[in-house]
Amino acid sequence: MADTRDIEVTVNGESHAANVETRTSLGDFLRHGLGLTGTHMGCEHGVCGACTVMVDGEAVRSCLMLAVQTNGHEVTTVEGLAEDDGTLSPLQEAFWKHHGLQCGFCTPGMLTSLTAFLRDNPDPSERDVREAISGNICRCTGYQGIVDAALDVAKTMQKGS
Amino acid sequence: MKPAPFIYHDPATPEEAVALLSQHEDAKVLAGGQSLMPMLNMRFVLPDHVIDLNGVAGISGVVDSGSTLEIGAMTRQRDLVRDPAVNAKIPIMPEALEHVGHFQTRNRGTIGGSLCHLDPSAELPCLMAAYDAVLSAHGPDGVRDIPFTEWPLAYMIPTLGPDELLTKITVPYWSANHGYGFVEFARRHGDFALIAVAALLETDGDTILQASISIGGAGVRPVRLAEAEAALVGGNIGADAFKAAAEVARGIDAMSDAYVSSAYRQRLAATLVERALIKAGERAKGSA
Repeated sequence: MADTRDIEVTVNGESHAANVETRTSLGDFLRHGLGLTGTHMGCEHGVCGACTVMVDGEAVRSCLMLAVQTNGHEVTTVEGLAEDDGTLSPLQEAFWKHHGLQCGFCTPGMLTSLTAFLRDNPDPSERDVREAISGNICRCTGYQGIVDAALDVAKTMQKGS
Repeated sequence: MKPAPFIYHDPATPEEAVALLSQHEDAKVLAGGQSLMPMLNMRFVLPDHVIDLNGVAGISGVVDSGSTLEIGAMTRQRDLVRDPAVNAKIPIMPEALEHVGHFQTRNRGTIGGSLCHLDPSAELPCLMAAYDAVLSAHGPDGVRDIPFTEWPLAYMIPTLGPDELLTKITVPYWSANHGYGFVEFARRHGDFALIAVAALLETDGDTILQASISIGGAGVRPVRLAEAEAALVGGNIGADAFKAAAEVARGIDAMSDAYVSSAYRQRLAATLVERALIKAGERAKGSA
């Protein structure tokens, strides 16, 4: 008999009640349980960063958390970053503008990581940005476009505030 | 890449957690999950029971006792970096934690988890050795205190009974004027260190009153350079004294593996001890 639990979790502002097997990772629950396939599972041992989501606003690896551990918590995935009408977030817009993605596999983890990072560090140096994404592996872009996008959105946010 | 089936427990108190550990033969304790979860995913460990500490009350947070910081085992690495008492009393800790994984893993990873996992090149065990920290373990018969020197038993095995739980780490802190330096060398940022060094210096302005040098990554447990520490005390801060300490570091026992030879680790230890001491010497303000 599989060990299961009932959980209630808010994902991208929407409340979900589900019965999950306790060994199910948060990432697998989001993809298979809720159909939110924007979160990508890469290495599944915490190294590649592709599966990063925000739990209660903090960026975490969804492969290194169990779904059952999010009971009563709030999760934000890449699907939750844009406006309801599809308007991209400033960071997503900057990724588009600066070619911050090519194949797109690392993108959800990059976006969720940098969204949390820029909220806490609104005026980062290039080095800070590179360190922030040092746990997110991208094999296409060489990171330059991603770093440019993050710095551009930080600059725009500074002007706006 | 999925964990084998297990039965999940989420106790609310340390006593409940210890009772579960006593009841169940093959149980693993889940703290922040940044080491255990990969091992579960890859099926390196196949426990029948997983005891999750994330809902256990009273074992996270930092309390300043006046001479020590008492740190709950479930305090997350990210919270230690942000904690005002940690920054004021043990400023080397945020410096060391910058090297621990990435900010996303520090958001979950805990100090207790790192000390129990006891990777030979992990930064926090190296730092706890430098401070002679005391670790408190909750067991069926109450709490016992374990000095860090007795904590590592063997490769990645702490001296913790199967029904014991690490709940608190007590770190005696140094004066506000002490100097500190944490340096390491790793192949990539966030990787485990090939060699990590923590150095602490207390001075009266010129003369060194107290010194602590701890090296991680050389063997199965962090090494204190007692001989070099003793030689530094009573002398002055200066390049010659630090070079002499570095020469002691060159003689430590160091492991070799498929990537890095023992001689290279010894060479790194010498270089990094000198750099850590220079940093500590520059930061020591003197208590005169």
